[in-house]
Amino acid sequence: MSDIVEKTLTALPGLFLQNQSATGPAAAKASFSSRLGGLVRGITALTSKHEEEKLIQQELNNLKATVSAPNTTLKMMKECMVRLIYCEMLGYDASFGYIHAIKLAQQGNLLEKRVGYLAVSLFLHESHELLLLLVNTVVKDLQSTNLVEVCMALTIVSQIFPREMIPAVLPLVEDKLQHSKEIIRRKAVLALYKFYLIAPNQVQHIHIKFRKALCDRDVGVMAASLHIYLKMIKENSSAYKDLTGSFVTILKQVVGGKLPADFNYHSVPAPWLQIQLLRILGLLGKDDQRTSELMYDVLDESLRRAELNHNVTYAILFECVHTVYSIYPKSELLEKAAKCIGKFVLSPKINLKYLGLKALTYVIQQDPTLALQHQMTIIECLDHPDPIIKREVLGEYSYLLGKETGEEVITKLYKLLTSDSISSETKAWIIAAVTKLTPQAHSSNIVERLIQEFTTSLDTCLRQHAFELKHLHENVKFMKGLLPVDKSCEDMVVDASLSFLDGFVAEELSQGAAPYKPHHQRQEEKLSQEKVLSFEPYGLSFSSSGFSGRQSPAGISLGSDISGNSTDTGLKETNSLKLEGIKKLWGKEGYLPKKESKTGDETEALPVPQENIIMENVDQIITKKDQSQVLTQSKEEKEKQLLASSLFVGLGSESTINLLGKADTLSHKFRRKSKVKETKSGQTTTAQNMTRSSFSSSSNVTYEEDYYLDNLQDRGDKEVKKFSLNSELLDSESLTELPLVEKISNCRLSTPSLFADNNMEVFHPPQSTAASLANEISLASSLLEETTEHMHSDLMEVCNNETISVSSYKIWKDECLLMVWSVFNKSASELKSANLEIAPAENFKITEQPGCCLPVIEAESTKNFQYSVQMEKPFTEGNLSGFINYQVMDTHSVQLEFSVNLSLLDFIRPLKISTEDFGKLWLSFANDVKQNVKMSESQAALPSTLKALQQELRLHVVDIIGNEGLLACQLLPSIPCLLHFRVHGDMLALWFRSSCSTLPDYLLYQCQKVRAWIDPQVPVPIPCFHPGLTRAFKAECFVSVFLSSRCKKHDYIPL
Amino acid sequence: MQFMLLFSRQGKLRLQKWYVPLSDKEKKKITRELVQTVLARKPKMCSFLEWRDLKIVYKRYASLYFCCAIEDQDNELITLEIIHRYVELLDKYFGSVCELDIIFNFEKAYFILDEFLLGGEVQETSKKNVLKAIEQADLLQEKTEHVSARVSLGVRKRTRICAGVLTCIKM
Repeated sequence: MSDIVEKTLTALPGLFLQNQSATGPAAAKASFSSRLGGLVRGITALTSKHEEEKLIQQELNNLKATVSAPNTTLKMMKECMVRLIYCEMLGYDASFGYIHAIKLAQQGNLLEKRVGYLAVSLFLHESHELLLLLVNTVVKDLQSTNLVEVCMALTIVSQIFPREMIPAVLPLVEDKLQHSKEIIRRKAVLALYKFYLIAPNQVQHIHIKFRKALCDRDVGVMAASLHIYLKMIKENSSAYKDLTGSFVTILKQVVGGKLPADFNYHSVPAPWLQIQLLRILGLLGKDDQRTSELMYDVLDESLRRAELNHNVTYAILFECVHTVYSIYPKSELLEKAAKCIGKFVLSPKINLKYLGLKALTYVIQQDPTLALQHQMTIIECLDHPDPIIKREVLGEYSYLLGKETGEEVITKLYKLLTSDSISSETKAWIIAAVTKLTPQAHSSNIVERLIQEFTTSLDTCLRQHAFELKHLHENVKFMKGLLPVDKSCEDMVVDASLSFLDGFVAEELSQGAAPYKPHHQRQEEKLSQEKVLSFEPYGLSFSSSGFSGRQSPAGISLGSDISGNSTDTGLKETNSLKLEGIKKLWGKEGYLPKKESKTGDETEALPVPQENIIMENVDQIITKKDQSQVLTQSKEEKEKQLLASSLFVGLGSESTINLLGKADTLSHKFRRKSKVKETKSGQTTTAQNMTRSSFSSSSNVTYEEDYYLDNLQDRGDKEVKKFSLNSELLDSESLTELPLVEKISNCRLSTPSLFADNNMEVFHPPQSTAASLANEISLASSLLEETTEHMHSDLMEVCNNETISVSSYKIWKDECLLMVWSVFNKSASELKSANLEIAPAENFKITEQPGCCLPVIEAESTKNFQYSVQMEKPFTEGNLSGFINYQVMDTHSVQLEFSVNLSLLDFIRPLKISTEDFGKLWLSFANDVKQNVKMSESQAALPSTLKALQQELRLHVVDIIGNEGLLACQLLPSIPCLLHFRVHGDMLALWFRSSCSTLPDYLLYQCQKVRAWIDPQVPVPIPCFHPGLTRAFKAECFVSVFLSSRCKKHDYIPL
Repeated sequence: MQFMLLFSRQGKLRLQKWYVPLSDKEKKKITRELVQTVLARKPKMCSFLEWRDLKIVYKRYASLYFCCAIEDQDNELITLEIIHRYVELLDKYFGSVCELDIIFNFEKAYFILDEFLLGGEVQETSKKNVLKAIEQADLLQEKTEHVSARVSLGVRKRTRICAGVLTCIKM
């Protein structure tokens, strides 16, 4: 009865409204009363957030009472659910209703069930425990004879379902693949797709059924099965090559308009299906000529058929271009696809322009000449008001220098820098781009302005880049030599077989050296024999060859000088001559300004003197260098004007070669020079090495000594400070367990300490600790208990004001990096609602540790905030920024910002494995990077090198076999990286392997930064760039390496 | 697709659908961040954003923003068409849809979305089929509810979401 009344009542306003249609929407809506309507209107009428909160809270209280009342009907319950969903959408907690949503799905009639299921899907997540209560309902509904009920059950299963309960419904869902209704089959396929995503093992046995779905007579079912196939092919394309023909046939039919008109979208046949198929084909044809040949025709047809009458055609075209450039290349298709991109970049529609620029990066990777036609468009895009477009354009800028002058481009870049809308990350690499362009610009007003502005930037990363640019800019000619426009690309030749060493090997063999065995073979042998006698002569013969190498030209060419260019022999000599002193100034981790945030307390202690030294010396070098460089400059000059290369574009060597329009064939990743030529260059570099070493040994000795003395004193002071601090904190036992990484890096002067097991002995805390340390000690006393168990960095002040001082330190825990911010309340009054927040950073996963919210910080006390940080994917370093705010007694709130620099090394932990495991792992890893480094005689001892690496990079020394060392580490949480290295003579051969493609490069870079064991006279080779590395990283490598002035142009070998 | 958000020009969330498991806190944070970012963009700007490791595709229809997060290898343009097809579906179902329809009948908007996208993937692209499935379920609806819903939609002065868009999207 009451039901009928209610229905009548709700119908009434509607009838009434039909007669007064023009009275305004608000009034009309008001009288149409669903309770939700009332709620929504109530909220719209409110003016403040506070009022809204009050209203919703009231509403939630009502709802809570209603849903738990025994006499609430399911129909009312349904109404309540809708309102609960609404409240949750506004951001209020309605968790008390979750259980009722499940009940509603269980008990309600179809309509109520539908709302119940909807509420469940919106309220709960996959691992919510309440979801288990839904399983029975789902099972029941799957068996229902009512189609709608089955559909609902399949829908909920495809959205959220507890993984562990999959077996309960799997057979039922499988059965549905044979259902007579296509909608049921389709939903069943999608449910299985969902299962595949969350528990692939569970659906392994039904792969054959997936094939059946692929062949389903209904297009919708077939299309649904493509989701599964795309996923499976992405994981293992080789297992599905036999299906290529089928996919091609389907695509042909779709493109040919053979599908029912229902599937047309704005008269384009099944665009979603087309795109899905194109993506699948792209994966199947990758690096596979035979498979790719099967699809050339249909791709050609897709490109041809695309009539640009609707946006969706562009979507298909874009996917098609992507596919054409993913599969084994066919030049005719590549050209057609490149032409199609013109339609994007020339379009006035910004979305298409953006995607066009994106597509251009595919083209450039294959063949830059094809991109030439779009040059002017690209540069015009620099003026575009939307930053995302510019960002895309920046990557392409260097191709355009042929037509636009350097100044014009720099001016545009500068404008971009001054705009507020771009992120500091983008800014950093704009500066890097400007650095790259500066040598080609004739006037430099803008560059100077830029330097002026950004050397005072608050962002350490930007400041670093600006400083680098500044030093370089002070001597443009020097800069030109180091940042050659084109030369670096000319010489990028990889002789992967190291054939230029053949002569050397033959010579050694004839002198009785053991033939080379691959590492794993040697290891097996070692394991099988208890004593490895054969190793002795092997090692000896090598070290003697190192000697003889000094005289024989072939000897030293082993090293990183392979591709050295013989034209500038003189130049290099002078380089190495002058650079002696400077390197030490920079300390092991390279250029000091960059380290500012990391070693904050040090720079704080003596900021002015250090900075000055650096500047002076850079100037010194630059001027000296200048003279020698003038000579070699002029002839290169012309070529530079002609060519625009892209060191930072991140496209790999092959892409940078062809801007002149050379008719080069496509996609040769490695070109090989003739052996003769290779050997020749090897010889010349050897000659250089010899002269270099003789020069450097005699020069700069006095300078160095002075410097050492000065610094020894400084460092001594600092050590004193640190150790006295520690000694107050820790008992002697834990002291020995704390080989602080930073400290060790400061100890390079006292090499013996590296050998000693207990480093701390070297620095006895003297009595004369300054009283001024009081503050620091009070801060330090707040170090957490964890601190004593794990390695940690020093306390470093990150920001302060008259009331508080915030310091931070890192605890290198085994499973993560724990960042601790200590907030010291200096004032005499207590601080309220102190809150420290860390901004989300792109590459870091930051987790707040419990106990982070502190209502009160008492006067003169310290409180800690902890965050655990993980690196999401490898990269060199990044900033973590955040702020702290608090309220002083008078309720006015203060906010302080700070930032902390995190390096890759903070996330590297030793990987403790046995030699045997090392061998196994080594063979299973596909990504490797090799590099030869020359060391000075004194540093060539293996143990010391190992020790340095172990300490600096936190590597685990697995084993030492003769002159070979095995080390292992992992990037948290668990990306392993293995390092094998071998000393022979003064060469150190580094060999990294990892399961992650980019980690070896980053680690190699870190190794090279551990300067202690690298001879200062030898150029630091720029790491072989993996294509997956970020541009910013490559730029950073490049700049920091040549800033240390040890870079000869052509040391690096891009992949 | 990872999630879809509908929000008004004033930044009020109108509909949210998450296809990846996230905590409520995280969802709120993402929503807040994206609403802010998208609303700050000027009309002539590109509809795509790179955000964290995702791509955001958004489009404004009258007073409503439709915003989808897709993965790196997904196609931005087709995502725009997904949004558009959804708007078309809403339009057809409600009969020239406006923001108010979605506010007051958001559960319907969810039902339509679930019939169109399932688990973040396109399930059915045929307008006819999607609506057929919805109507089938709706038929069970009590007559009164149905009538009152239609009436309420019919009389109001409306800003059509779809109106300008169908023409603007034509090339």
